[in-house]
Parts: sequence; C-alpha cells; structure tokens
Amino acid sequence: MENASLFVILISAILVNNFVLSRFLGICPFLGVSKKVDTALGMGLAVTFVMTMAGVITYFVNELILEKLNIQYMQTIAFILVIASLVQLVEIVLQKVSPALYQALGVFLPLITTNCAVLGLALLNIQFQFGLLQVVAHSIGAAVGFTLAIVLFAGIREKLELSDVPGPFKGFPIALISAGLMAMAFMGFVGLV
Amino acid sequence: MKTLTNGIFKENPIFVQLLGMCPTLAVTTSATNGFAMGAATTVVLVLANLVISLIRKLIPNKIRIPIFIVVIATFVTMVGLFMKAFTPDLDKSLGLFIPLIVVNCLILARAEAFAFKNKPLPSILDGIGMGLGFTLALTILGIVREVPGEGSIFGFKLFSESFEPAVIMILPAGAFLALGLLLAGNNVINSKKSK
Repeated sequence: MENASLFVILISAILVNNFVLSRFLGICPFLGVSKKVDTALGMGLAVTFVMTMAGVITYFVNELILEKLNIQYMQTIAFILVIASLVQLVEIVLQKVSPALYQALGVFLPLITTNCAVLGLALLNIQFQFGLLQVVAHSIGAAVGFTLAIVLFAGIREKLELSDVPGPFKGFPIALISAGLMAMAFMGFVGLV
Repeated sequence: MKTLTNGIFKENPIFVQLLGMCPTLAVTTSATNGFAMGAATTVVLVLANLVISLIRKLIPNKIRIPIFIVVIATFVTMVGLFMKAFTPDLDKSLGLFIPLIVVNCLILARAEAFAFKNKPLPSILDGIGMGLGFTLALTILGIVREVPGEGSIFGFKLFSESFEPAVIMILPAGAFLALGLLLAGNNVINSKKSK
C-alpha cells in the first residue's frame, strides 16, 4: 500500500474499497439522509469538503504533534476534536462567504461530526502510512465514493417509494436489502486494481 | 427496573431505533466479534453515562456536544488500550472499529437524551440496558451471518466437512441483507403482537 500510485489509491477508494459499501463507514447518514436525491447530493458535497480537509489536517496533527511528543495513543481524542472544530469552522466560514451554499447544506453540516467515515478516514490514513499526496488522493477518493454511493442509493429509494413492497419489508428493511444488492454490484469492481 | 429493560426490548437500539449502524454491519462477521463489540460499547456507554450524569450541572448547554465527545473519546481510548493488552486477537479482528466507537451515534444519543437529564444511578441502568440490547442485537446478527457463512457458531463447527459455506453472508453485501431480513422479521412479530 505504501508505494501505491496516486491514481490507484484514488480509484480503489472510490470503487473497490468504497467507504460505505465495503468498509461500512458512514452508514448513519447513508441510511438517514438518502430519501431524496437532492438532499443526498447536498450531504455528499458537504462530506466531500470536510473529509478532504480533515484528511489533510489530521495528517499534519499526527506528524507534527502526536509523533513528536510520542503520544499516538491520544489519536482518537485529538482527531475527533480536530474534526468537530473543523466542522464548526466550515459552518462559520460558509455562512459568511457563501450564504447560498450554506443554506443548501445547512442541516447536514453539524451531522458530519458524528459521521464515522471522517474519523475512519483519518485513522486509515495513518494506518496505511500514507504520505501527504497519498492522503489527499485517498481523502478525495473516499469522499467521492461516499457521494456516489449515497446519491445512487437515494435514486433507488425514490423508486422504491412508488413500488408495492410486502408489508413487513416497508421502510428500512427493503432499503437495507437494496443496499445489500448495491454492495454486491460494487463487489464486481474487486480486481480492478 | 423499567429503565433497564427498556433498552433491551422495547427500545432496542438496533432493531427499533436504528442507531449505531456502522459497527453493527461491519463487525458482525461472527457471533464472537459481534458479542465483543457489544461488550466494548456497553462498557463505554455505562461509564460515559455515569460521568456525564455526574457533571451534568457543570456543563454549559451550548458546548455540551463537544464535552460529551471528549468524555466518550477518553473512555474509548481506555477500552482500546485494555483490549490491545489483554485480548490482542479481538483487537485485530475489530481493528478500526474500536476507535470508531467514539462516533457511535448510540452513545451520543443516550448522553444527550438520558444521562444529561437524569441522576447517576438511572443513567447507569440506562447504559446497561441499552448496552445489553445492543450486544444482544449484534450477537444475533453475528449468529445469523456466521452459521450460513462459515458453518459455525462462536467458532465451533456445526456441520461436517462437506458443508459449503455461503460466503456472501460474511461479505459486506450479506450484512445489509441479513439486517434487512432481521428487521422485516421483527416487524412481522410486532404486527402479530399488536393484533
């Protein structure tokens, strides 16, 4: 994994090791905010933004602070604080700079703090011992993969609303089974890289 | 007493409230893993509930969420170090999902909805109840996936050598399918009961 080229990392994070469908990170928003394609896209964009920034910042925090002081066991606490404050910061900046985008993402921003995909990404980056450029590629790939999965899933769920589903399967059960089928489809990408 | 049993059946965090889905789907490739994850989460949940309930009057309302997260992260780190030292095998198979207990929505949800508003003793009971419910659901899901997927239960072989496991059940796709079917089953039972 250490010497993998940037392009391979990118593609593998989007398709093969899709964060939602094969690593099971970010399932809560995946199931929670996927009723409509529009909102799913909004969530995807917000997550892309935060994930890419969080990936880079946690890389520096780890490199410059945790490793220097030899306190890697503080990783979890340090990273979650970085992510929480980052989300807050993004919220404030967006509100000032681009009120339109802020309005569009509004509700989803605070939710991102508890999106395990963000913390998971930060921890995985360290685990794979990525360099800076690799971190950037992996973060973007993971975020695009998340957006892809959630938007596709929302499209399926919009169709499901209209179809005649057996009683006990209404709502979440059928959504989960569709997600299962999607995961199976994504398994087809194994071997791509 | 009611606080205790509430979490196990009536408000089961997984089957009813659909909280904490990521670890639920990711680690339940076997009953053992499901149970271990449930146990680790329960420990964090009980301790976090206790501490948050003890300091609830000192926490300013506006910054309560960051404070909850720090408290939870502290306990998760402790549990993680313990597991690394005493159960290295489990630590390996649960891997990334031990630090990710921090962002398990279940724990934050209980801190916000229960521990922040109640006295320490009921908060502990709520934590134990919810934790047991979570563990129960994870173990069931683990069994449902392990029996067809590996032909074993808690690691013991059930069938003879000629049994060909349905590998799909322990792959990611099987996790979604198994949970979907379990939820549907739960709905059937509930609708029969209410009739």
